Amino acid sequence: MSITFDHVSRAFDGREVLHDVSFALPERGAVCFFGPSGCGKTTVLRLLCGLDDPDGGRVDIPEGTRFSCHFQENRLLPWYTTEENLRLAIGSEDVQPWLDKVQLPDAAKLYPDELSGGMRRRVSLARALAHDSDVLILDEPVRELDEATSEKMLELIRESIGDRLLVLVTHDRSQAEKLGCQIYEFPLK
Amino acid sequence: MLRKAFPLVFWLLVWAACYRAVGQDLLLASPVQVFRRFAFVAEASFWRCVGMSLWRTAAAYGLGVIIACGLAVVCHASKLLDEVISPALLVVRATPVASFIILALVWLSSSNVPVLAGVLMVVPVVFANVREGIQSTDRQLLEMAQVFGWSRWKTWRRIVIPTVLPTFVAACQACVGLCFKATIAAEVIGVPKNAIGTQLYNAKIYLETDALLAWTLVVIILSMVLERLLKAAFERGLKRVHHI
Repeated sequence: MSITFDHVSRAFDGREVLHDVSFALPERGAVCFFGPSGCGKTTVLRLLCGLDDPDGGRVDIPEGTRFSCHFQENRLLPWYTTEENLRLAIGSEDVQPWLDKVQLPDAAKLYPDELSGGMRRRVSLARALAHDSDVLILDEPVRELDEATSEKMLELIRESIGDRLLVLVTHDRSQAEKLGCQIYEFPLK
Repeated sequence: MLRKAFPLVFWLLVWAACYRAVGQDLLLASPVQVFRRFAFVAEASFWRCVGMSLWRTAAAYGLGVIIACGLAVVCHASKLLDEVISPALLVVRATPVASFIILALVWLSSSNVPVLAGVLMVVPVVFANVREGIQSTDRQLLEMAQVFGWSRWKTWRRIVIPTVLPTFVAACQACVGLCFKATIAAEVIGVPKNAIGTQLYNAKIYLETDALLAWTLVVIILSMVLERLLKAAFERGLKRVHHI
């Protein structure tokens, strides 16, 4: 069973961001929500994760679907180290391989406020990738990263998709192409 | 060292000068008379009074903190209960503690009234801070926990409690002195057996100004020690949760 949006509408302060939108996401593979800012990508993501409810229509999410998400903001717990932040998402599994994968081998004992913006993005990305889930949502995953690091992170994302569904949100079509995403062009009809 | 001792010496001299100016032991005892009174630390009854007053304060403080935290959580969970409880606690906060003490003496034993007085001082302050702390929890972190499928307990333990902790600690630190003083005040009115407040009351009745001042100094010293001990304990606890 796949996630479906059935005639979904959502408005904020009288401004309709989504109007009668219907689509179905595949069970696995990679999709990309692509479009300019303010076209409703974040609204769709929030409805998808159950963080918001539609004003009209319905969002059907199969029972027991597990999500992991790399938000636009890092959303790391400031009172825990990098290692502890990752462990909260992946349990007792060793976090060091994931730190190595996101090129932060020495960051385990550092707190978020001791990391640069780009480093925090990678910790957040590692948390999303490492978490056992059915749907992996990545909202602008390589923003703030230099080109070489972006390339490596995109490669890591491609390797980490596995048997789940990747939902990528980006302004950069080339990223979607590198990850072999089916593109959903916003604004959705 | 000398600089640190200077304020103490200065105020002792002011005290001695006032004593000379007043010239009546009944109205104001001299520093020497008061320090002579401190011989009572060698008596078992002194430690019984101090022990019982501290025990009542500890009971009031512990109960107050538990009740305040419980109410804050309940009010966070239910808007209806919040609308009932929050204004009631504002009234408690605004009501003179002496009114509660006199009223409570009708219902409770004189030994338990000081505990109630202490509880009433602690609950509104800790409640307000904990409530505010819970409300200020970062929505983005709560959303992250929801998306990652964290249980309610895990969300509270990892996000809400660490958020609330600094305001909770600030309230607890502010309350300890208030709680101790309210407990002593209730002892003065209720006059229970073995209590600092009862000793203050007796000193007043028997016009023993030196004893009154000596017991007052005991209250001040104990209050300062309690505040310092709790501050150190809380800061240590806070450091373990927040890396500061």
